[in-house]
Amino acid sequence: MSRPEDTLPPDLFYNDSESRKYTTSSRIQKIQSDMTHRALSLLNLPSPSLILDIGCGSGLSGEILSGTEEHDGTPGGPHVWVGMDISSSMLSVALEKEVEGDLLLADAGQGVPFRAGTFDAAISISAIQWLCNAETSADTPTSRLARFFNGLYASLRRGGRAVCQFYPKNEEQKKMISSAAVKAGFGAGLLEDDEGTKNAKTYLVLTVGGGELDGDITGVVRGMDGVDVVEGRQKLGQRKRGEDKKGSKGWILKKKEQMERKGKVVKQNSKYTGRKRRIAF
Amino acid sequence: MKLLTLNFLTCAIKSCKSSPASFPLHPRDATLEIIESDLNLAFLRNILPRLMWSELCTITRELGLPALPETVPTGEDMVEKKEGEEEVASQTAKDLHRVLLETGIREGGLVCGNCGHEYKVLEGVGNFLLPGHLV
Ligand SMILES: C[S@@+](CC[C@H](N)C(=O)[O-])C[C@H]1O[C@@H](n2cnc3c(N)ncnc32)[C@H](O)[C@@H]1O
Ligand SMILES: [Zn+2]
Repeated sequence: MSRPEDTLPPDLFYNDSESRKYTTSSRIQKIQSDMTHRALSLLNLPSPSLILDIGCGSGLSGEILSGTEEHDGTPGGPHVWVGMDISSSMLSVALEKEVEGDLLLADAGQGVPFRAGTFDAAISISAIQWLCNAETSADTPTSRLARFFNGLYASLRRGGRAVCQFYPKNEEQKKMISSAAVKAGFGAGLLEDDEGTKNAKTYLVLTVGGGELDGDITGVVRGMDGVDVVEGRQKLGQRKRGEDKKGSKGWILKKKEQMERKGKVVKQNSKYTGRKRRIAF
Repeated sequence: MKLLTLNFLTCAIKSCKSSPASFPLHPRDATLEIIESDLNLAFLRNILPRLMWSELCTITRELGLPALPETVPTGEDMVEKKEGEEEVASQTAKDLHRVLLETGIREGGLVCGNCGHEYKVLEGVGNFLLPGHLV
């Protein structure tokens, strides 16, 4: 089956009939809401927060954010959210449902139009793989990803988090997306549920340093169950004596190697790693 | 679009990022609406320190809404002093909830103070799509 991302730009693919499925198909609704609950548990928000939903679509995730029920140990909101989406058909469905969050018609590949430190957290379900397609010949996936992650990073408060579930086309795309996040300054980790099955789900878990953290931006992701840390920049002041001087051949070779390592998944996860185990009665 | 959101939105155009005049966006020919919702004390307390208060005052003035106090209320101002009992939202909290979370722009424009670009608001949804050359 061909990927929708390879056929049409998102604002055309998510037309009225495709958008309608988000209110009529209980199968789609179930999958999207399960992933939202998973992302929320990873965000681990202690109290009602201000949240950005990227590619919010019909507001399925938003309805869960606006809810108050606890779910599998994750406290409920109500959180206040703002959703952005590139498809006006999808947003029309959200309007019809009278969701509580505010909606913006916007292209995440153009950036995130909020002032610095706006959000406690961000969530994105099944959307950011679309950023790997350039919509015009004047644009590139790399610059779209950079504008998105730089904008997202700035719009989150210090100590904030983001969880983006996405469908990578292949390993290369996984790497391209996670290295763009690391480049923007995020601590990043990848989590895979049901790996190797056709229901595999990939979550990019992102943290912003500062606040309660000790300066190592990857610290939080590192401590999380089942999340593989995406190795990014070297910690400041880590260069030992005798290391290659900037610009030398050795330095360049090392740099190249480092670049290659950027965004690489360190080790593979087994099935269900990171899932909370509960006792069945 | 809630006035809360308007207290965080900036102009999306790259060359405006560094200009202080790109925030807040100024409403033009705005039609307002009130959508009632439950007051959430914990959320109000959380968001208070992040508000740009004088910009919020500017916007409410531009919209012809009742004036807000000149200084930012504190977390303590959100509850009635009643020892030992459950927290009761103060009038200040109720007013703030009304302005930030229940009052919104339904139709109109939002104008950048730096470049003059106008973002349309239709049915409460802000259109922030940019033509390619402005990205
Ligand atoms: C599979 S749908 C998921 C919608 C919603 N997150 C959910 O879980 O129900 C993907 C959504 O991403 C949106 N999208 C794709 N590219 C986007 C972009 N560049 N900026 C904003 N939204 C985008 C689409 O319009 C679509 O609504
Ligand atoms: Zn501007």
